[in-house]
Amino acid sequence: MVDTAQAPPLSAPLDISFDYTRSLGPVLGRFMTGLRDHRVYGGRTSDGRVHVPPLEYDPLTHAPVTDLVEVRPTGTVVTWTWMSRPLEGQPLTHPFGWALIRLDGADTALLHAVDAGSPDRMHTGMRVRVRWAADPVGHIRDIACFEPGEALPDASPGEPADATETPVTMMTTPIRLHYRHTTSVEEDRYLRALAQGRLLGQRCPVCRKVYVPPRVCPADGVPPEEEVAVADRGTITTFCVVNVPFAGQRLEPPYVVAQVLLDGADIPLSHLIVGCPADQVRMGMRVAAVWREPERWSTTPENIAHFAPTGEPEAPYESYADQL
Amino acid sequence: MTRRVAVIGFAQSPCLPEAGTTSGVETLVPVLREALAGAKMNRRDVDFWCSGSSDYLAGRAFSFVNAVDAIGAFPPICESHVEMDAAWAFYEAYVKILAGEAETALVYGFGKSSAGRLRRVLALQLDPYATAPLWPDSVSIAALQARLALDAGLISERDMAEVAARSRADAATNPYAQVAGQTTAERLLAEPYLADPLRAHDCAPVSDGASALVLAADDRARRQHDRPAWITGAAHRVDPQGLGERDLTTVPSATAAAAAVDLPDDLDVAELHAPFTHQELLLRTALGLGDKVRINPSGGALCGNPMFSAGLSRIGAAAAQVMSGRARRAAAHATSGPALQQNLVCVLEAQR
Amino acid sequence: MRRAAVLGTGQTHHRTRRTDVSMAGLCREAIDRAMADADTDWSQIDAVVLGKAPDLFEGVMMPELFLADAIGAAGRPLLRVHTAGSVGGATANVATSLIRAGVHRRVLAVAFEKQSESNAMWALSIQPPFSAPIGAGAGGYFAPHIRSYIRRCSAPEHIGALVAVKDRRNGALNPYAHLRQPDITLESVRASAMLWDPIRYDETCPSSDGACAVVLGDEAAAEASDRQVAWIRATAMRTEPTFFAGKDHVNPRAGAEAARALWDAAGIADPLDEVDVAELYVPFSWFEPMWLENLGFAEAGHGWKLTEAGETRIGGRLPVNPSGGVLCSNPIGASGLLRFAEAAMQVMGRAGDHQVAGARVALGHAYGGGSQFFSMWVVSTEP
Repeated sequence: MVDTAQAPPLSAPLDISFDYTRSLGPVLGRFMTGLRDHRVYGGRTSDGRVHVPPLEYDPLTHAPVTDLVEVRPTGTVVTWTWMSRPLEGQPLTHPFGWALIRLDGADTALLHAVDAGSPDRMHTGMRVRVRWAADPVGHIRDIACFEPGEALPDASPGEPADATETPVTMMTTPIRLHYRHTTSVEEDRYLRALAQGRLLGQRCPVCRKVYVPPRVCPADGVPPEEEVAVADRGTITTFCVVNVPFAGQRLEPPYVVAQVLLDGADIPLSHLIVGCPADQVRMGMRVAAVWREPERWSTTPENIAHFAPTGEPEAPYESYADQL
Repeated sequence: MTRRVAVIGFAQSPCLPEAGTTSGVETLVPVLREALAGAKMNRRDVDFWCSGSSDYLAGRAFSFVNAVDAIGAFPPICESHVEMDAAWAFYEAYVKILAGEAETALVYGFGKSSAGRLRRVLALQLDPYATAPLWPDSVSIAALQARLALDAGLISERDMAEVAARSRADAATNPYAQVAGQTTAERLLAEPYLADPLRAHDCAPVSDGASALVLAADDRARRQHDRPAWITGAAHRVDPQGLGERDLTTVPSATAAAAAVDLPDDLDVAELHAPFTHQELLLRTALGLGDKVRINPSGGALCGNPMFSAGLSRIGAAAAQVMSGRARRAAAHATSGPALQQNLVCVLEAQR
Repeated sequence: MRRAAVLGTGQTHHRTRRTDVSMAGLCREAIDRAMADADTDWSQIDAVVLGKAPDLFEGVMMPELFLADAIGAAGRPLLRVHTAGSVGGATANVATSLIRAGVHRRVLAVAFEKQSESNAMWALSIQPPFSAPIGAGAGGYFAPHIRSYIRRCSAPEHIGALVAVKDRRNGALNPYAHLRQPDITLESVRASAMLWDPIRYDETCPSSDGACAVVLGDEAAAEASDRQVAWIRATAMRTEPTFFAGKDHVNPRAGAEAARALWDAAGIADPLDEVDVAELYVPFSWFEPMWLENLGFAEAGHGWKLTEAGETRIGGRLPVNPSGGVLCSNPIGASGLLRFAEAAMQVMGRAGDHQVAGARVALGHAYGGGSQFFSMWVVSTEP
């Protein structure tokens, strides 16, 4: 057997990625519509202050904010820092400054990037102006970033707002995150056994139940001890026929997902049943693992392609009734 | 008569740059066991369990569900979870006992901060319309706050370096700390900026870990522990998030929470949850802590900051000071959100 | 123990996509209705408790932080509860504890989900490394356990369809419900597509955007109210692991023990006799008879008989989900609080067209995860 004592538990990347669609409501909708049209709007609250970005509700009265006023695309840096190695998704890919910027006409400050070239050019109180993105859509990133300087001589809004153009009501935000998923010692051992074509269970020292895959006993809160070899065949306790397609699905419906209680285990595991028509799958049916070709085995449960009926007589209901 | 609630047990895992599974189960098992042992209890003696963690730290929906396996929750338990630092789970459990709905409680928090790129993940705490789509990272946000305080003359970079040097020196006697050692402000100030005006020493490390705390009411607390740390006040508040909306050099929610607990001025010790050096300085002012109060004898979050349990660990560290007899009266603080947006304060005392 | 009561409730119009509002706007639609119903002013709110299911649904980490100002929490204590599908119920229970502990006089509990910001099925189907690609979706998780229920108690095959017909017709009486289908029939449900055999399309909950809010008060606040309040007679929460050897997925012990604790605390000896109306968390129709048994309204194996006899309709012995329930509206994080709020509305006499006449004692129920997190409360017209 391979000595795995020194090897760190298996880990692998886990990326999650989705383009979120955000509905904006009346206040943020007008703000984003303004950005699309190269105008910056602030929201005026009951105390007369102009907030950029606008607040949706007045902090004092709790009433919806309705009074939006245009502010200038120039402003003053209130505070700043320097991003020497920009991260994925940030406004610029080369080093830039982050700043809170109070736009002329606003009473609060907006967070954005400043393309200053060098931290030496950044300072509190510096004057900056908006650099508009090439293809505005109604998004905070219609402001590509800010750049040092006062308003350009022809500082009229770039493309005049087309009054007939529809207001912006939605924005899309891609969120991409990258994680490393790390297994437990027990799971690691299970996966390494799978790579050798073996199913490994472990027994809880307290309740004596055999868990496949092995894990801290959820009923007793203690790590498992004794290793127990488990058969790659067992009994379907219950199942469902998946006929519906859904987001994130990896298989084409219809397919049967069953709870399979392996011989020697005390908890069923979920797996696919292939090898007979879906409408012939029964509770109590005896099934066996169908392994992929050994050349393709690795540390993954996918080494077992699916389970298929063995043709043995059905297990009596009483033999698995307490597993439902 | 008003019920009194005390901390009677605390345990934590070491703070490590990378440790444990994404689910947290294996890290929690020994921590829960040790916390209960310290309170001379077993898991069946716990009336209420409450935890704090975050799905986004693990990159999976319902990540806290798995962690329940560490408890051994069958027969079933009375349990709840907050998507916050476990310091707020502590608050929920404290209230549950005050209400008479439980006599004992175990609170735990866990986080594998290293699973993702933490400073990027935390950008998702920001307003999702006008701010988060720019992906401003948590270190940059803290740097914006630090510069405001520097520009206002409230603090200096040397003050910040001294906080780091003191924390690291104190952490030398804390076996759970991730960062520790003797250094000087001069040496630290010679290092380059990480996010101007923050240097590496100004920022808490990325830490994996977990901690757990045991609470009990009145006589039960006295029966379980010779020297319970009585909670004589606990309160929390939140500020509006808008980074350009609030004065980032003040911490009104911390000040309000301190007022709500009537924070005494004769504290022996205070454990502050300040993941950045300048935040400790801002918090000392916001909480009105005088120079005599010993700050963060554990080394604080600057020496080990497992997300979602680091706040709870401050309460545990303060309680441990009282339970061991080293302090008569201690304060603990926890924070959550960008630039000290949300804050919790509690007072722990040897006398009820 | 100090007394606590519901002073008012509010909810949004639930829809597949509420693209007319932001997240703050969605929450405020429910909150503003609850504040008006409770005749409560913002200055009277001492704390806010927000409940929501996974943050991945909206792509915002701890959204209560950015929402703090809009939901009136700025400067106040704010808690964020997350206990999977039961979270709405847990949110109400945590708010109740804050009143019972004497910490606060009035607490705002709010729960929301804006599923249209992403796709819940996507968020729930993220496949971690080293796991088998056996994704079956939410229905695929519960369908095998429904099959087990049917096998265990030999329930007739049409019971699930009966529940669907009843709940969808009830939903037609509820102006806030997402699905309102007055003309649905047993035949049409049985003719709908079999999605996750044995679950048919018409027996599944929709995916909704929505929010719910409840204003709770202490005894003094309740007594100061000009209108009927809903007194919180008892709350209960229980948890068990998702999987363990010997877990009863059909009749989970955590649910049964929560119910027993709840009835004891409320002084209810015979729930079927003493409870006038129940709002149960039924995302798939068959869960009605399953929960009737789990909660002690019927002996194990006999829950379906109450459904079949029509006793769970409005006018029956125990009307279940007169609001239409989760089968008509499912803003996940808010679904539990909606059950709790609807129970309160019944005893306050403010349930409109789906009011159960003479309702004096009502149950609000929620569950989540793999039938493992349970939260409940009993409310009544009298303390």
